[in-house]
Amino acid sequence: MKLNLKVWRQENKDAKGKFENYTIDEIHGDMSFLEMMDVLNNELVEKGIEPVEFDHDCREGICGMCSMQINGEPHGPDRRITTCQLHMRKFKNGDTITIEPFRANAFPVVKDLTVDRSAFDRIQQAGGYISVNTSGNTQDANSLPIEKESADMAFNAATCIGCGACVAACKNASAMLFTSAKVSQYALLPQGKVEATERVLNMVDQMDKEGFGNCTNTGACEIECPKGISLENIARLNREYLAASLKG
Amino acid sequence: MGGIKTSIARKVAMALSGLFLVLFLLQHFTINFTSVVSPDTFNEISHFMGTNFLVQAILQPILIFGVIFHFVMGFILEAKNRSARSVKYGVFKGNANSSWLSRNMLISGAVVLAFLGLHFYDFWVHEMQVKYLEGDLSGLNQAGEFRYYEETVAKFAGQPIRVGLYVLAFVFLMMHLLHGFASSFQTMGVNNKYSPAIKKFTKAFAIVIPLGFVFIAIFHFINN
Repeated sequence: MKLNLKVWRQENKDAKGKFENYTIDEIHGDMSFLEMMDVLNNELVEKGIEPVEFDHDCREGICGMCSMQINGEPHGPDRRITTCQLHMRKFKNGDTITIEPFRANAFPVVKDLTVDRSAFDRIQQAGGYISVNTSGNTQDANSLPIEKESADMAFNAATCIGCGACVAACKNASAMLFTSAKVSQYALLPQGKVEATERVLNMVDQMDKEGFGNCTNTGACEIECPKGISLENIARLNREYLAASLKG
Repeated sequence: MGGIKTSIARKVAMALSGLFLVLFLLQHFTINFTSVVSPDTFNEISHFMGTNFLVQAILQPILIFGVIFHFVMGFILEAKNRSARSVKYGVFKGNANSSWLSRNMLISGAVVLAFLGLHFYDFWVHEMQVKYLEGDLSGLNQAGEFRYYEETVAKFAGQPIRVGLYVLAFVFLMMHLLHGFASSFQTMGVNNKYSPAIKKFTKAFAIVIPLGFVFIAIFHFINN
């Protein structure tokens, strides 16, 4: 199929970017979106034009690197997938596809479609861990009985790959779904309860410092999340935060 | 408001003030509805509310604070949210993943706020003038009867523009409540097996109460 692409090009963080129009031919429906981008870049290189820079790594929906806003939605029009899992059969011959970087002040553009998502790393570093002595005397995790429902909810929260689609989809560029998943995966387990108070206070504090917006419960994040992280996690984050604030 | 600094604390304060205003709305609707079924009851309740010390000196200032807090905090949150994405998307397909109502609480809220200006001008300013500037706390007209019912009806009878504005405002109030009411529970951490029931109740409340206000305005417009 033949496609018209409107791709955001930006030299660096401080440069003023703009959309460039490209036409691309012989795109097969079985190709992934990133393979289509590879074809585009090959053609650009052959023409002596600098290829479009975009993030990618595993290309199987695990790493969360392939951040792209495609036709106004993070990871494109399909659900529960990342951009690398988006197939070109979702588009029709002659379509115009607008491709932009994830937009948020906390995610500054590095170049073209690549953004710096280290804000997520800093939120995680603020408390998204448990302090365990790994000197060789670590207790076997299975020796602690955990009810199935809590274990399942913790696991579901832990499937967050930190791709940033929640921030990209939110009209407020809020990182509440990400932060709530990272808080929930520990809050639901006995190992995580020991440091629960300082964890949630520190992670929310870091989230605010990074300049993300506030959650207004539109639910866009949950819909666009490739792992289906539920809004229940945001409610849990709110509960954890309120309880921790009262404890001080 | 300066003491409420974190994003979640601000959101919880917003939710609590919203729920407080929802309670007020229910009370206001109940009293207004008596004007349809029994003018005498409406007069008596209005006189009680308008002259009771607890209502006037304590509840009224709390209510005014609640209203001001809710819209000022709303504007603060909106400004912060807008500043979180200074470079806008070329294409943003909000309808694909969220409702228009949830994304435009500022618009529905601003219309309700503008309506409050009109509503205060219509009723509250007049009441303050009669009671506290002129010092007439009797609640009686020149014929020696309660004045509340006739004054209320006079605002709507033969006043199509005012009735139209009230109806429009209540449609926007409905839109505001349809998202805001259920959303406030989520903000306060309530998302569990009761949530579907809460959502159904809030949807019913968000539709029935504003339509009830519309009914009262149209009733007095047609009936008098």
